[in-house]
Amino acid sequence: MHRFANPNRFLKLANAILPWAAGATVILLLAGLYFSLVASPEDYQQGATVRIMYVHVPAAWMALFVYTAMAVASAVALIWKHPVSDLFAKAASPVGAAFTFIALATGAFWGKPMWGTWWVWDARLTSMLILFFLYLGHMALMNAFDDPQRGFRAAAVLALVGVVNVPIIKFSVDWWNTLHQPASVVRMDGPAIDPAMMTPLLLMAFAFKAYFVTVVLLRMRGEIAEAKVRAISMSQVHG
Amino acid sequence: MIAGFGAIVARDLRLALRQGSDSLMVVTFFVLTVVLFPFGVGPEAGILERISAGVLWVTALLASMLSLDRLFQTDYEDGSLDLMTRGPAPLGVLVLGKVTAHWLTTGLPLLLAAPVLAVLLNMNAAGFGVLVLAFLIGTPTLSLIGAVGAALVLGARRGGVLLSLLVLPLYIPVLVFGVSAVDAAVMDLPVRAQLLILGGFLFAAAALCPWATAAALRQAVE
Amino acid sequence: MQDFFDMGGYAGFVWPSYGIAAVVLALLFVFTWRLLKTSERRLAQLQAARGRRPRRDRAGDAPAAAAPHETAPAEPADAAGEMR
Repeated sequence: MHRFANPNRFLKLANAILPWAAGATVILLLAGLYFSLVASPEDYQQGATVRIMYVHVPAAWMALFVYTAMAVASAVALIWKHPVSDLFAKAASPVGAAFTFIALATGAFWGKPMWGTWWVWDARLTSMLILFFLYLGHMALMNAFDDPQRGFRAAAVLALVGVVNVPIIKFSVDWWNTLHQPASVVRMDGPAIDPAMMTPLLLMAFAFKAYFVTVVLLRMRGEIAEAKVRAISMSQVHG
Repeated sequence: MIAGFGAIVARDLRLALRQGSDSLMVVTFFVLTVVLFPFGVGPEAGILERISAGVLWVTALLASMLSLDRLFQTDYEDGSLDLMTRGPAPLGVLVLGKVTAHWLTTGLPLLLAAPVLAVLLNMNAAGFGVLVLAFLIGTPTLSLIGAVGAALVLGARRGGVLLSLLVLPLYIPVLVFGVSAVDAAVMDLPVRAQLLILGGFLFAAAALCPWATAAALRQAVE
Repeated sequence: MQDFFDMGGYAGFVWPSYGIAAVVLALLFVFTWRLLKTSERRLAQLQAARGRRPRRDRAGDAPAAAAPHETAPAEPADAAGEMR
């Protein structure tokens, strides 16, 4: 693990991965869009709105995946003082927030024609909204300190506290929903999924994942450059 | 260990008593904010009764957050936090002491004020007992979770606003079960499950939060 | 073609969904790219400036470079060496 702790070695690895990740993003996205918009059947109940699923569901998966990855990186950063995992957590949270926002917004556009309302205080929607706030808090805390190291460590503690809380929030919100809205609004899980729908779904999911890798690596490269700038200007001030 | 805990509680309570204004301000905020609701939604007894549990809980969350940013701030500025992190007593225990003092100066006054405000909001008298009980179990959890946030924002820019952004999402489980306990009591339904869950949150928070707070404090003074 | 854009009457919901996702992802990418370019440009400028003004031995650097914690990625002297 410590093989990649050195940012310069990490930079070499990142630069080797980046073109592949960027290429994969473009190809998967084009293929995914073709299948999700053109070459997939309409749902017999939902009509064309089922096409929203191909953005909505992968974005929601990414929202959860990114938070998990961020929490693991934060644990690694706190325990082993691993600088690259700090940079990963910092780079990942805006991307996670973006995916959470996409999941919420496309959910609203799916909810309007299907449920007749943009938003319901359904357990899933509510816990996604809270996840969005956790991302925002993480980003705000990361940038709230003059010393970037403090931002890294405080945000890492917050990410771990959040990961303990996410299941609790999920469970409490589930419970809360059953009390107040007894099954009047059933979440549209759709029929058992058709293979023709599975193709675009998976393509889009992998496209989003490749996009995540690309953007996170670019952001981390930027952060490393920024840290070098700080180190140099610091040494000039002192020297 | 017990001595360290007791010493911190006694010290913080003495400081709070000397300054005297914190508890009073928190309660005043609580009362004032609750009193705004009849103006906002209209004085109809039916509506007020329906929303009373929610209003009391939400307002209590906000009120208990008011004094949070001061929880470690003064210790951080005058250097006593340095001594605590380096002292012989485990930091987690000292944190627990500070949280206890915080609850005694904010949570407890809120608990005492809640039934009076419940009367003003026309809450069914059947809910009063459970309201107090739920506050008794729930507000210490709020202080514990809040301590983590307060420790994280030490030395941050705009710490106060940031604190609310960090802490409020984490308060939601307590809010959900606190309100549903009171609502169930008002409707004459069993409340045991909700209170047990609130108790579970309290124990979990008491086990985890001092530890997380101590980690956050250590990195703040490092 | 008309059918494609019409989305079975749900055009007003399907297209905005894809639009929002596209806009958010594109904006995030653009901001990331601009951030990367500005910081790399600043780094290059600083390093060019340092190249012209030779520094004393590295021992003199050490306290300043070590102060910000071990995670300050690579000592400046290292960084300059790598990039050149």
